[in-house]
Amino acid sequence: MMAMDTKAAIVGIGESRVGKVPDRSALQLQADAAQAALADAGLAMADIDGLLTTPVRVEHWNMPAGVVAHHLGIRPAYLSTVDLAGASGAAMIHQAAMAIASGQCTTVLCVAGQNLLSHGSRSTAVRKMAEGGSAHPQFEVPYGPLVPSLYALVAQRHMHEYGTTPEQLAEVAVTIRRHAGLNPNAHKRDPVSVADVLSSKMITSPLHILDCAIVSDGAAAAIVTSAARARDLRGKPAHLLGQGYGLRHSHIGDTSLTTTGAVDSGRDAFRTAGLSPADVDVAQIYDCFTITVIVELEDLGFCRKGEGGAFVEGGRIGLGGQLPVTTHGGLLSGGHPGLGGGFFHVLEGVRQVRGDAGARQVPGAKVALVHGNGGVISVHCTLLLGSEAAA
Amino acid sequence: MSAPQKPQAGPDGGAPAAGVPERPLPVPDAATAPYWEAARAHRLVMPKCVDCGAFHFYPRTLCPHCSSARLEWTACSGRGEVYSFTVVHRAPSPAFAADVPYVVATVKLAEGPHLMTRITGCAPEAVRIGMAVRVAFIEASAEITLPVFAPAEEA
Repeated sequence: MMAMDTKAAIVGIGESRVGKVPDRSALQLQADAAQAALADAGLAMADIDGLLTTPVRVEHWNMPAGVVAHHLGIRPAYLSTVDLAGASGAAMIHQAAMAIASGQCTTVLCVAGQNLLSHGSRSTAVRKMAEGGSAHPQFEVPYGPLVPSLYALVAQRHMHEYGTTPEQLAEVAVTIRRHAGLNPNAHKRDPVSVADVLSSKMITSPLHILDCAIVSDGAAAAIVTSAARARDLRGKPAHLLGQGYGLRHSHIGDTSLTTTGAVDSGRDAFRTAGLSPADVDVAQIYDCFTITVIVELEDLGFCRKGEGGAFVEGGRIGLGGQLPVTTHGGLLSGGHPGLGGGFFHVLEGVRQVRGDAGARQVPGAKVALVHGNGGVISVHCTLLLGSEAAA
Repeated sequence: MSAPQKPQAGPDGGAPAAGVPERPLPVPDAATAPYWEAARAHRLVMPKCVDCGAFHFYPRTLCPHCSSARLEWTACSGRGEVYSFTVVHRAPSPAFAADVPYVVATVKLAEGPHLMTRITGCAPEAVRIGMAVRVAFIEASAEITLPVFAPAEEA
């Protein structure tokens, strides 16, 4: 790998209101998040010379980065639209770091989100997702899978090979909902029990509705600059310590289902950071479905393949546990506005290493892992964020 | 029995019944047309590399194992086993609403490749991973026939 100095830091983060926000368009939500991130960093819009964003689903934007730059009134020296589906949020941070390291720009605004819930009905969103490319248009869509069905195939196979149980899947939803209850901006905050998950509507076996991500309005933003410049800014920075990408397939119909490119993204992230899973204090794991968390914990090396079901039991992934996971409430409960959904995991990783996570702060957290997953356990991006710059 | 056996076109290939939304059907392209032509003739074919001998699916124009462009559509036995499955209870769109519950599965063919399909010919609750299945063909429209799989009869 090229020995580029990608030492960068996140110096400001911001969120729009998340949940049902019918009074804001996609661009307004993104502008809300951007302004909050600038305020957090003590910067002005005029300081931004780089812009990264993702596509949206609710409307067609020709060149999304251009549309967002125009709306915000900035003329960036570098701009790009990142589309690694659910891995886009994590990837934007690393791609901002590369743009800064190359000298093309100094201060990058990364922003993503949309009014996925309010733009149409929940049913419309479900249908658009089912036909939106996660399933192969010729060889999968005609058989009628939901997006959750594609992950259900993963869950069913994982249960068959490793004895993973519906109760273990439910434990993920219960824990992450409890975390959302501590996040004032989370979409769904009322606690649920394992029994609630198991008695909730079966969508596509073995996944119940509470095993599935919600659909939300919302946007998130982060500002990335060089670690050197971060020292002169008022906020406490979160340093990018390492990153990795992985892709082993595009569609899951022709795969083994239970091992993912997170093996590769995690290995590279730990190698570039010079860290190991034992060094991680808190993990913001992509949680589009409960099974996703179990498979990713295995593939990232927090437990062995097949042991993810047992790993999530007994409070191990809750606050106060061995490895608190997705402490803001994630996509299962915090909010899921589409491609921007995974970006909230980045923001929570930043809060945790800055010590700003309030009631859900992991005491003394120095290293946060952030993991994004796009497609159907297809494309992965893993980040390691630290309270201190890499040596 | 599940959906593909209630084709959107009438049994005579006529117009869809009034009020039934059209279900999404494959639109064959230059790279995939031979697969769909074979399915219309009730044959299951897979791309096989002339150089390395490996099958692959879904169809590419270069072998994903050795990058050779010398690929050949090769007849398959149509036999395999259920690799994973899910019983869909909530249709992705109104076009599939009359089908629920139905079984979406991936099948591991005897020749090696996996593919997504439906399991028909048995109750959804009877489907198991590892169950022996063989291909069947459902005429979804005048142009498109979908390969599905049903429990294999005992040998």
